[in-house]
Amino acid sequence: MTVTELVSYDEALATYEPVMGLEVHVELGTKTKMFCGCATELGAEPNSQTCPTCLGLPGSLPVVNGIAVESAVKIGLALNCEIAEWCRFARKNYFYPDMPKNFQTSQYDEPIAFNGYLDVQLEDGEVFRVEIERAHMEEDTGKSTHVGGATGRIHGAQHSLLDYNRAGIPLIEIVTKPITGAGERAPEVAKAYVAELRELIKALGVSEARMEMGQMRCDVNLSLMPKGAGKFGTRSETKNVNSLRSVERAARFEIMRHAAVLSSGGTIIQETRHFHEEDGSTTSGRVKEEAEDYRYFPEPDLVPVAPAREWVEELRKGLPELPRVRRNRLREEWGVSEHDMQSILNAGAVDLIVATIEAGADAASARKWWMGELSRIANEEGIGLGLLPITPVQVARIAALIAEGSLNDKLGREVIKHVVNDEGEPDEIVEKRGLKIVSDEGALGTAVDEAIAANAGIADKIRSGKVAAAGALVGAVMKATRGQADAARVRELILEKLGVEG
Amino acid sequence: MTDIIIKLTAAEIAEKIASGELTAVEVTEAHLARIEAVDEKVHAFLHVDREGALAQAREVDAKRERGEKLGPLAGVPLALKDIFTTKGVPTTVGSKILEGWIPPYDATLTKRLKDAGVVILGKTNMDEFAMGSSTENSAYGPTGNPWDLTKIPGGSGGGSSAALAAFQAPLAIGTDTGGSIRQPASVTGTVGVKPTYGAVSRYGMVAFSSSLDQGGPCARTVLDAALLHEVIAGHDPLDSTSIDAPVPPVVEAARSGSVAGMRVGVVKQFRGEGYQAGVLQRFDESVELLKELGAEIVELDCPSFDLALAAYYLIAPSECSSNLARFDAMRYGLRVGDDGTKSAEEVTALTREAGFGPEVKRRVMLGTYALSSGYYDAYYGSAQKVRTLISRDFDKAFGQVDVIVSPTTPTTAFAIGERVDDPMAMYLADLCTIPTNLAGNAAMSLPCGLAPEDGMPVGLQIIAPAMKDDRLYKVGAAVEAAFTERWGHPLLEEAPSL
Repeated sequence: MTVTELVSYDEALATYEPVMGLEVHVELGTKTKMFCGCATELGAEPNSQTCPTCLGLPGSLPVVNGIAVESAVKIGLALNCEIAEWCRFARKNYFYPDMPKNFQTSQYDEPIAFNGYLDVQLEDGEVFRVEIERAHMEEDTGKSTHVGGATGRIHGAQHSLLDYNRAGIPLIEIVTKPITGAGERAPEVAKAYVAELRELIKALGVSEARMEMGQMRCDVNLSLMPKGAGKFGTRSETKNVNSLRSVERAARFEIMRHAAVLSSGGTIIQETRHFHEEDGSTTSGRVKEEAEDYRYFPEPDLVPVAPAREWVEELRKGLPELPRVRRNRLREEWGVSEHDMQSILNAGAVDLIVATIEAGADAASARKWWMGELSRIANEEGIGLGLLPITPVQVARIAALIAEGSLNDKLGREVIKHVVNDEGEPDEIVEKRGLKIVSDEGALGTAVDEAIAANAGIADKIRSGKVAAAGALVGAVMKATRGQADAARVRELILEKLGVEG
Repeated sequence: MTDIIIKLTAAEIAEKIASGELTAVEVTEAHLARIEAVDEKVHAFLHVDREGALAQAREVDAKRERGEKLGPLAGVPLALKDIFTTKGVPTTVGSKILEGWIPPYDATLTKRLKDAGVVILGKTNMDEFAMGSSTENSAYGPTGNPWDLTKIPGGSGGGSSAALAAFQAPLAIGTDTGGSIRQPASVTGTVGVKPTYGAVSRYGMVAFSSSLDQGGPCARTVLDAALLHEVIAGHDPLDSTSIDAPVPPVVEAARSGSVAGMRVGVVKQFRGEGYQAGVLQRFDESVELLKELGAEIVELDCPSFDLALAAYYLIAPSECSSNLARFDAMRYGLRVGDDGTKSAEEVTALTREAGFGPEVKRRVMLGTYALSSGYYDAYYGSAQKVRTLISRDFDKAFGQVDVIVSPTTPTTAFAIGERVDDPMAMYLADLCTIPTNLAGNAAMSLPCGLAPEDGMPVGLQIIAPAMKDDRLYKVGAAVEAAFTERWGHPLLEEAPSL
């Protein structure tokens, strides 16, 4: 392989217009497989969730999973697609040992959903419309593990292990129309699209769409054409890009690579490419010398799928609020900027904040705790916010204790630390550790008197009008009360006792 | 005793078992003895499941002793085409590629037979993957026609039809993709029915051409076929193409045979070049007989039937090229060349080279070509259009008549080896049977005499609209009764003793 010197990103975009096509596979969260009754749970003993049908044994036949069809229709509707009145499955014929029948039961020219769009919002709030070509139903393949080679790929392996537990798990493949006009924001659009799609799938409740678990996988097709040209260039297809960040990086890398090849007078080969997480690069996979001939034909073992219009309309009525609409509503309700909302989304905090508000907290403090202290802890632990061992109800309780003056922010952080350390409910912790603010005016008064006495010089300055110097005395009181005092009240008391107006 | 038992019809056997006159074990042993005596010559069976058959027979006898109600075919032996999976019993589809494969599951049909107390004697020989009209394409050697062992018993279900004609079993199961039940029935002087597509579950029936394949009953009498039809037909949630509707009243129809007042169609296209004189003679006599029995004969023109054979030889190979892709040596069956030095692709190629016979390879190649991009519309696409035209011709015809009759196959049984080098001549055997598969309706073949020139059986085909399978039995029973009266005995009594 010759190493191509990359062209800088800005340079590439000065000359070329990127065209992208994104193909996303989503594993549906149905209890059983697409065409048989086998379980779909992840992590089972290899080949323990199989039957004659998903093993492709001679004589076996498929039966369509109705829940999978329902999920596909929901996805189609949420993507503003038309839903086919009548469509068929088709056989996609090709050989691979992890595909039991050596054809994949998929859909070809009659997808269940087609002609839609998804509006995605970029970080600065700009909305970009990604047109959807189609969403179709198909089955997943088994999983090959190649043993003995250096690369983990089949080439050079000594033997391969096949696990058919995944074979036949329902997949929805969602294909965009060519995405043009994104210019230098193309990689950002790609990432935002996949992120938006993931939110949508989760909101529909049809899949957990966890990319790290392979429940959602993305192929990035990319080509460049000279600015102003009407004809698309030759594309490359970067396979299995499996995180949001990787989608963006893969698109970016391919833009720079294509530009380098084209600028030096070379031609892009139509090929599949592998993405490398370590450095964000792609390398050549198998070259498609000619378009692979899958010899599609209608699956004769299945009857056509004809979703009744009334049923489709019923599903449409039952769709949840779409994530982007919901986010915009929440953004307005919470009074935050597009940028902050994006950060909240990226942190996976939207639902946590909503739940915290539902548990009684005000929007500002719910957001403050999740995006501040809790994000910091999650970051330190290297886990997602949702996995922190603290519930929105507990966060709301802490916020309430602060609002009623029982805690201040510093004490609040202290309580959070102990909740996360699994020491119990916020109230128990406050009680056990004596973290309640010292609000007994007598005790506080004594502490203030002592501080004034010990710092006569500062007290004089304050008396003479230098109110700003009060901070030092507040600090002394807070220290004496181990932080368990309300700083604002302490300040008031100091000024009061020294006869100064605040 | 054996000689008496093996000549009984299924209906008679069931009655004698129910009344206690015979035990299922006696009946089974008589048939196993017959198989042992003649199958070396006939070679109808690929596998005889002696233990399984006797165990099932004992269970039927025990049930009867306990006073439990027996089904209408309980204890009756049956020869099962080796295309249906049988849990724990080899299933080869007549191919080397599945040699040694023991299925872990029963086909729905197998299960229904077992549940009905039918005794499965073993698995019968067939053309590899049901591709053929003579059973010569079996990887395990040909089957002889009990009328003349140098001649073919038809195909692909030649093992099932020969087992009936050789009195090795009173019942058999076949599958019919282009005539594989009816043509063997025709050339062996037995009865075979291809039910309406979707009437009998295909779950566990190894696929050749999914949109055409249909399992069905084979027997020596129309009533026996009806009794078996009723056991195996009916909706199966494991087969999406299975019809979710009541089974037509076939047994009732077989018990009340009549054609009086019926309109019977004779299609212009089922005649002409390639038809043996003796076959046409017997067919014309059958039409005369129908008239005598009170039927009105109507001449029909179905022009698209001339295209049926061509369409069939695009659709069936196309589907088979995809259905057979799974035989890749990875999970089951034959594996050749796996010596630790070869890649998976090489092992697959070597296995297929050794495991598939020439006819299977020919059809896989034909189908692969017909489906390839750029040719799809011209071949597979056009063939599907022809299929629609054939259905329309049938619809039009059945607007005018209740059933259609024709010769089942243009000639009587030909000699083993005669057509093996001429696939086109072989394909012509299915000229009259294929339109029914393409349209998905129902048809029967039953004996209508011997051809004068060679003394071999001739079959009469009766075709009915989809889901009107009962009409086949109504007409078939009437024709059978009239011919038996005319001949003075069932036709098979004229077959030489083996």
